[in-house]
Amino acid sequence: MSNFSLTASILKRNEEGQSAFIPYMMAGDGGLDVLHERISFLEEAGADAIEIGIPFSDPVADGEVIQEAGSRAIKRGVTLRKVMSELQAQLHSIPLVVMTYLNPVLAYGVLEFVEDCDLAGVKGLIIPDLPHEERGLLSNALIGKDIALVPLISLTSSPERIEKIARNAEGFVYAVTVNGITGVRSSFRSDLMDHLSDLRSVSNVPVLAGFGISTSKQVRHFSAITDGVIVGSAIVTAFHEENLEKIQTLIKAGRTAVSQ
Amino acid sequence: MIQTVEGKGRYGRFGGQYVPETLMEALSELEEAHDSALADPEFIDQLNGYLKDFVGRENPLYFAERLTEAAGGAKIYLKREDLNHTGAHKINNALGQALLAKRMGKRKIVAETGAGQHGVATATACALLGLECVVFMGKEDIRRQELNVFRMELLGTRVESVDKGAGTLKDAVNEALRYWVAHVEDTHYILGSALGPNPFPKIVRDFQQVIGQETKRQIVEKEGRLPDAVVACIGGGSNAIGMFHPFVEDENVALYGVEAAGGGISTGKHAAAIAEAKEGVLHGAYMYVLQDEDGFIQEAHSISAGLDYPAVGPEHCHLHDIGRVHYTSATDADALEGVQLLAQKEGIIPALESAHAIHFAFDLAQEMQPDEILVVCLSGRGDKDMQTVRDALGGGVQ
Ligand SMILES: Cc1ncc(COP(=O)(O)O)c(C=O)c1O
Repeated sequence: MSNFSLTASILKRNEEGQSAFIPYMMAGDGGLDVLHERISFLEEAGADAIEIGIPFSDPVADGEVIQEAGSRAIKRGVTLRKVMSELQAQLHSIPLVVMTYLNPVLAYGVLEFVEDCDLAGVKGLIIPDLPHEERGLLSNALIGKDIALVPLISLTSSPERIEKIARNAEGFVYAVTVNGITGVRSSFRSDLMDHLSDLRSVSNVPVLAGFGISTSKQVRHFSAITDGVIVGSAIVTAFHEENLEKIQTLIKAGRTAVSQ
Repeated sequence: MIQTVEGKGRYGRFGGQYVPETLMEALSELEEAHDSALADPEFIDQLNGYLKDFVGRENPLYFAERLTEAAGGAKIYLKREDLNHTGAHKINNALGQALLAKRMGKRKIVAETGAGQHGVATATACALLGLECVVFMGKEDIRRQELNVFRMELLGTRVESVDKGAGTLKDAVNEALRYWVAHVEDTHYILGSALGPNPFPKIVRDFQQVIGQETKRQIVEKEGRLPDAVVACIGGGSNAIGMFHPFVEDENVALYGVEAAGGGISTGKHAAAIAEAKEGVLHGAYMYVLQDEDGFIQEAHSISAGLDYPAVGPEHCHLHDIGRVHYTSATDADALEGVQLLAQKEGIIPALESAHAIHFAFDLAQEMQPDEILVVCLSGRGDKDMQTVRDALGGGVQ
């Protein structure tokens, strides 16, 4: 598979001269019964794809906000299996990207999970604890499916690794903008601009920036220098506080012209 | 069952590197540094010098005569890791990794701790070598091991309390990993057991192997031959792999690993991941892991904070699969019996962790012949557990 609908959705936005916006939401925070409502809200607000976070007992790549949202969902009994069956119950036209740690997928069974993703209209997977070298665990099961296994590239990845990962990337490249976990940041490293532009020059797929991006100002800043941004903790907090306007504002901030 | 990618850093289908991308360069840098250090005679001399003059190695292989008599079977020897500086085998690894960090030019250290033994060992090694150290420790463990927190602080280490989850070792590792991801460029993570992503299980084994190597030399000196059986307790598996590894090729030496059965395997409140036989990924490695049917990792339960971890290091998982090591378990009650038994028969108060091994070994010795030899790894001393043991015994000795 090389023409992923996930990539197409991002490129479509880029072709309009704008940067793409992918919000992250924690599935089951606020209850599974609001899942579809929230997906539809994000779609109408102008998102180009939606990351659906799956709660996990040991989310080592996540900061406080997403950890707490995950704990709230777990307290409500939300699991990967329940999210998958809820997603299958009502399909959406916007591409959904499931972000989950590896162990729930292994417990589910890789083949069955991929089948269910297909039935649920999931167009991409992000697995933060599955680095490039270990991706064979899933990629074989994904052959022939319109489900992109989206890789992460970090500030610590060496030029050789960046090239290797970017060359094989599916969907988009998730450029991690901080050394650290998800969450809110007030500042970023000064060499980040160079890193992102290097990344864009070696990647065949769009490069989206994520981790730590939480204000409209930051969204505008990164939208101008990448093919798109991913906002997690700020969206999760806004949903939790039922501040839907804040989400609309963030997505609007993402409608920034990309520099080529 | 899954198909893992065979290759580097694997033990059969176990092990691997299931970590965020941010750590991948640090792991390969660490692997290179470790390989080059082990090949450098100067590094080895330096390490051995500290092991001898600072840790107090080699420690004795002690014939436990009255314990042997009481069992009425095999001769029981104790490998006295409890006599090491800081009171357990943990210092072997902490010191080795601290020297490695210094060699890599990293002057900051992060570590997790359960019982506090690894935290104290790491704090000690950092004080010795002038490194800055932060240790993450679960809130519940801080309560159980208050004095170890003070020891670490006295040694100049900052102790961070972790109140997530059950506030035990698993949660402390999560927090230490998050901290490492954020500080990876100038900080080394000294993992305390034979766990985690490659190359950690190998590094920890390499620095703990001294236990088995000395034991082998000492038993041949005393008895003119290798033992028939070797027993060690299993938390993440570092004292056990250090003891077992030099014996793995010696097929006539039976190897026994003792997991913590907590309140009993059937109660579900235990830490016996191999007994439970569910496979999965935790903290960067594919292992046997306690988990529910949705893949959520479960809390482990054991009276000993050092065994209170829901998985077992990848090399042990493999040694179990190929049948080279027999894995069994001992309950909290067994361990308490083991503490009293060793205290009263030999005048040695063992750590609660080690007492699991003592209890099983005592039973095993009874089934063996008087001309047979059994070695137990006495991984640590019991000073840290006095409060816990007294409370568990209802304030008095039974
Ligand atoms: C004395 C002692 N023995 C054993 C252990 C268990 O660890 P491992 O299985 O890595 O040897 C600990 C852990 O804290 C310990 O303090």
